[in-house]
This record gives sequence, C-alpha cells and structure tokens, in this order.
Amino acid sequence: MNAPDAAVGPPPGRMMPVGLMCTALRPVLGRVVRRIAAHHPEMFARIAPYETADFVIVPKELPFALHLRPEPSAPMLRAVPKDRLPPFHACIEGRFLLLLELVDGESDGDAAFFSRDLTISGNTEAVVSLRNALDDIDGSVAQETADLFGPPGRAVLNILRRRSGRQ
Amino acid sequence: MNETSDFSAAGELVCPAGTPAALRTAVDAGADSVYCGFRNATNARNFPGLNFTAEELEASVAYAHARGARVLLALNTYPPAGKVGLWRDAADIGVRAGVDAFIVADMGVAHYIAETHPGARLHLSVQAAASSPEAIRYYCQHFGVRRVVLPRILTIPEIREIKREIPCEIETFVFGNHGLMVEGRCSLTNWLTGQSTNMDGVCSPASDVTYEREADGSMRSCLAGFTIDAFGPEENAGYPTICKGRYVAPHRPEGYYAFEEPVSLNLGRLLPELMAAGVHAFKIEGRQRSKSYVRSVVSNFRRAVDDIRAGAEPNLADLVALTEGQKETQGAFKSKKWR
Repeated sequence: MNAPDAAVGPPPGRMMPVGLMCTALRPVLGRVVRRIAAHHPEMFARIAPYETADFVIVPKELPFALHLRPEPSAPMLRAVPKDRLPPFHACIEGRFLLLLELVDGESDGDAAFFSRDLTISGNTEAVVSLRNALDDIDGSVAQETADLFGPPGRAVLNILRRRSGRQ
Repeated sequence: MNETSDFSAAGELVCPAGTPAALRTAVDAGADSVYCGFRNATNARNFPGLNFTAEELEASVAYAHARGARVLLALNTYPPAGKVGLWRDAADIGVRAGVDAFIVADMGVAHYIAETHPGARLHLSVQAAASSPEAIRYYCQHFGVRRVVLPRILTIPEIREIKREIPCEIETFVFGNHGLMVEGRCSLTNWLTGQSTNMDGVCSPASDVTYEREADGSMRSCLAGFTIDAFGPEENAGYPTICKGRYVAPHRPEGYYAFEEPVSLNLGRLLPELMAAGVHAFKIEGRQRSKSYVRSVVSNFRRAVDDIRAGAEPNLADLVALTEGQKETQGAFKSKKWR
C-alpha cells in the first residue's frame, strides 16, 4: 500500500465544506458504483487479481478525490478529502473531464500519459487492469450514471460534455 | 476456420483489438480485419486485463463476420521447449471459433496448424523477423504461409524487390510502435525482469513498472527497480521499455537514447507508394490501446485507403496526439538515415 501524497491536498480553509461534500456524495456514489457493477459484471474478470485493491482517483480541479475498491460483491466508491486520502495500491491523477472521458472510452489513456496529462503511481499492473476492464464496457458509463438521476443528471452531464468540447 | 474469407482486395486494413469492445469498435470504424489474442502467453500482448476468452473470441468472430470483417488470431509467441500444449489448444479453439487466419511466429506452432488444420490460413508474424526472400520462401514452402508481416526495417524499394521474389502477400505496419529491434529475438525485458517478451508475451510487464514522481513534477519510469528514463515536468513521455530508455554513459553524461527514441511510426503519407510496391495489407499496431485510439486511427486510415482506391489523395487527420512521445516518423520505410 502506498502512503498518500501530500502534494495533492486541498487549499487551506476548505476542510469543512469538503468533508461535508464527501459525506453528502457517499450515498450517490455508492448507488452509481453498484449500478455499474450490476450492469457490467463481465468487467470484474479483467480486474479479478485487484478486486480488493484500493484505487485513489484524483481529479485535479475538484476539492475531493475518489476512493474505489472494485469488489464484485460489495463495490465501493466514495469521495474523500484530498488531505485525508486512504492508503492506496494505485493512484490516478488528471483533470476531471479527462478522467470522465477515459472512463467513457472517449480519450486514450496512453496518449494522456505520453502528454503528461495523466499521472499514475503505485501498482502499475492494477492501473492497467482497471483501465482494460473499463475500456471493455460498451456505451457510456457517464451517460448511464446521468440517467440514474433523471433529467437533472443528464443536464449536468451535458454541461460537462460541453466544457470538454464533446457537444 | 472460415474457409470463405476473401483476402483478395489489396489495401486491406488490419486493426488491433485488446478487448471484445475494441474489436467491435474496430469493425464499426471500418476495419477489414481485426487481430486479437487469448488471455495467456500465446500472444505478444499478454497484458493484465487484456485479451479474449474462448467464448469472447467466438462471439467476436460472429460479430465481425456478420459485418463482412475478418478476425485474425495472434499466436505469435514462442512456446518454451516441451510446453507446446497451450499453443496447440489455442489453435484448436481458434479453428472452432471460426477465425479467418492465424498469425504465427514459431515453426512448431506453424507446423502443428498446417498438419492438424490444413484448411487454416497462416500469416507469418513480424515476431518471426523474416526479412529476406529466402527466409520468407522457407515458411511458404514448408508451412503454407500465405502472408508475411514484414519487420519495420525495410525501405519501400527493398519491399518492392522482396515482393518480386516471394509467393505470398505482404503486410506492413503503418501506424504505432516503431519496432526497430530484431523482433522475436529481443531479450532486454528478460534480462531485467526474468519474464520473456517472446515466450511469456509481455514486454516490460506492468507488474515490474513503477513511476516515481518528484516534487518539481518530473517523473522517473523504472523497470524492476532500474530507472530507464526521466522526464522533466513538461516533457512528453514514452512507454517504459528498455529499448526506448535514456541512459547515461561515460561518453554521453547528459543521457541519450542508446537504442531508439520514443517515437511512433506513421506511414499515412506513404500508403500509395506501399500499395504500388505490392503491399497487400496495412497493419495498425496497438492491441494494448483503448477503444478511443482504435476508433480514431482505424477511421482515419479507412478514409485514406478509400481515397486511394477512388484515385484521390489520401486525407489523413493529425494523429500525433496519439503517438508515443507525441512524435512520429516514417522510419526505415522512407530512408535508412531517419535518425
């Protein structure tokens, strides 16, 4: 397990709002990951050796990170404050919209790595397994997630896609 | 085995797929053929989370055939002595799944398929490193090889000369890894990690790769604990392979690329010359890459080949953002003085 990197911590003075935000997001993210796991059970075979591994995903411009454990029977996705990252096996860091595009199969992870827009640390094999598992999902994970929350979810996704130039 | 596959059209676009979703993406983007491998050491992209099960291959073949595309199964590694069972089983499964051809490197694997499945079509992998008419003719004569994938070390005039002297089709890489090593013979990964690129099917296994980030944003890529390159905060990176590492030596204390630079092959502008030289099929490298890469590269080369067939100038979009090190070259195909 790797120790968290202090360099990814949030600006001082935002601790409480971020903590509250993470708490508020917890049931939402839990619902999202359970839905994706239920709809795409085949992805777990590709990440089987790392199904109990802890992944930390750090969107650079957001005040919190995501903690993912892709365990088939109890998948976990939660928001965590950047200054209180849990111990992790692998960490993936990049702009939020880039991470969204990678999950959605709209950007290439290797290209983002070559251009230094994507940073990985910790267990490289775990990261490669996760990437390949997600890339074998047909359709849009982001769209599925948005659909889960109805018109408001779709509206948020449309805004994000406009910002990334995909609409 | 699909005996009715039509491989006759020159300019065949042979595209990579590391997952069933990537295969469907390649077919939908206009691939004539898609190559893929099993989740084991029988192919040279034996990466974690990548590749196909027997069931996935069978479903993927059905998907491709329903849309007029072919599936080529890569069995392009070398079995260790006395351990040929995995490769033979893979060939048998491929035949049952209805693949259109096998891409092989090892003579024993080629012999098994030729003897056991005489209707099967054999392509000689670049991993066989057959670059002379004599070597290629040997594989054609003894194993019935119908196509050779040429190493990326030949100029177009040299390819034209070879074509005149061999009885099979030629396939060349047109995009992706530059691949200047004597392919199928490289032991650099084995030297550091104990795993063999050519027998275990993995170059720079991810389990041995680490990236060390410094406070100033610079990064070191390491294989089995050895630093093989270091990148400044804004510097483009390459794959963590020894052949593309940057090393310090007494005569080059500033560090230099001792083998080759992190740069990708892009022969988009040479497609007409390659076709005129007798190249039958164009191969896009990258089974380890994403659906996004497959979609972009395949659709671009599809348009280019269609333009050429229509007598127009090929119009290729800029693909440099997808290339290793964000740099591209025409390599030896243009000139042996490319460096």
